[in-house]
Amino acid sequence: MIDNTPFLLTFFTPWEFSWLVSGSCAAAVVLYLRGLSRGADAGFARSLVFLLGVVLMYLVTQTHFDYWSQYMFFVHRGQHLVLHHLAPFLIALAAPGAVLAAGMPEAIKRWYARQSGLRRILTAAYRFIQQPFLASILFVGLIAFWLTPEIHFDAMLSERLYWIMNWSMALDGLLFWWLMLADTRDRITPQLSYGVRMLLLAAIMVPQIIIGARLAFSKQVIFDVYAVCGRAWPISPLTDQQLGGLITWIPAAMMSVVAALILLRRLLHSQSGNRAAAQETLCNE
Amino acid sequence: MKNPILRLAILSFTLFTAACQQSAEWHGKDISGLMPDLQFELVNDRGESVNEADYAGKVSLLFFGFTYCPDICPTTLAQLAAAIRNLPEDVQQQVQVLFISVDPARDNGERLSQYAGAFGEQVAGLSGSQEQLQTLTRRYRVTYGYGEADENGDYNVSHSSAVFAFDNTGRVRLLIREDLSAAQIADDLQKLLKG
Repeated sequence: MIDNTPFLLTFFTPWEFSWLVSGSCAAAVVLYLRGLSRGADAGFARSLVFLLGVVLMYLVTQTHFDYWSQYMFFVHRGQHLVLHHLAPFLIALAAPGAVLAAGMPEAIKRWYARQSGLRRILTAAYRFIQQPFLASILFVGLIAFWLTPEIHFDAMLSERLYWIMNWSMALDGLLFWWLMLADTRDRITPQLSYGVRMLLLAAIMVPQIIIGARLAFSKQVIFDVYAVCGRAWPISPLTDQQLGGLITWIPAAMMSVVAALILLRRLLHSQSGNRAAAQETLCNE
Repeated sequence: MKNPILRLAILSFTLFTAACQQSAEWHGKDISGLMPDLQFELVNDRGESVNEADYAGKVSLLFFGFTYCPDICPTTLAQLAAAIRNLPEDVQQQVQVLFISVDPARDNGERLSQYAGAFGEQVAGLSGSQEQLQTLTRRYRVTYGYGEADENGDYNVSHSSAVFAFDNTGRVRLLIREDLSAAQIADDLQKLLKG
């Protein structure tokens, strides 16, 4: 659309403002900074990675980027790449649990400490959903679910379903990458072995490649909702779909490789750490 | 974080109910309640400001396009005109097509009037300022955009291909996609006219 307002102002004005999204992002940042100021130690790099993840989530949902995502298939795939892969990956990589807990107001912490029943239920539910098989099925299942043509049509047409879709992607992304990148300091998330994690990371690549390649190579327009609602600017529907397919296929699958490399590095560190510790023990004897 | 199982349950429930709302008796997609009722501030082909009250009392078919449109607009408008001609003569006047040009820079009143008139007397050509058009397209979760102009100053316009159907009280009822035949659209119009 034509607009005479300055580009930056247009860009940073939320297309559809959501208290829940803006509030959650703001709360995450405030809690984190409060945790840091109370002495929780995260280091500069980890803090930066966490804040970057939260800011990315905000940028793709509460700016003009959201408008493009609603009216252009490939931008929508980019939005989900950030919501389901990149941003939750960064947040999980920063392992912000301890800092966020330190930033929590005392009253809430005291209240939660007293709720042993609630805590047990939440922990059990969390561990249930974080079973390796279920977590992977959920991760690729959600991608396939929202890309089912009839469901995709309704989700893009109805504002309520649209938000449910984006929330489900972001929350599932957080769950999955949290499970993959959890370190030993995390006492609640199931600690999967490095082997199982690598296997899951490889397993989720395959369906993502199939879904993405199918979109990229299709000679037919699969999602007509973008024609029905109009595109943000004139572009051939097939080009739009091919770009969307490539985004679903390549960078999404690459995230598994990046995660695997990080895990490999941790594995090597822990082994050399073990060897160093073993040598130290020997020397002391 | 909210209980993920609960989240899934809510999700599947919402989708289930959304799927159930799709009544099988329509050829178009039933969007009752999904979108707001008919409301607009626009300019007609004589340059006068108009709103939904000026078009009240009829079944309305809302369609966005532009008169230089090479394919979708003429096809769709011809389809709608054919559907109206399929109706019994006494009810043809109870249906109107609101063709809204999202290209006001090129579509002046005269052009709009000629273009819309070519598809029949039930087709009204409307347009408005960018602000008015944006308010209306946002209301129905559709959009439009302009391509780069070539050396002759011609440019393409992306717009919604859907027709939104409202009953004679202005309530939103159906989304009519391109793939419906004139007979199917006429069938839906008959049902809409009955209430």
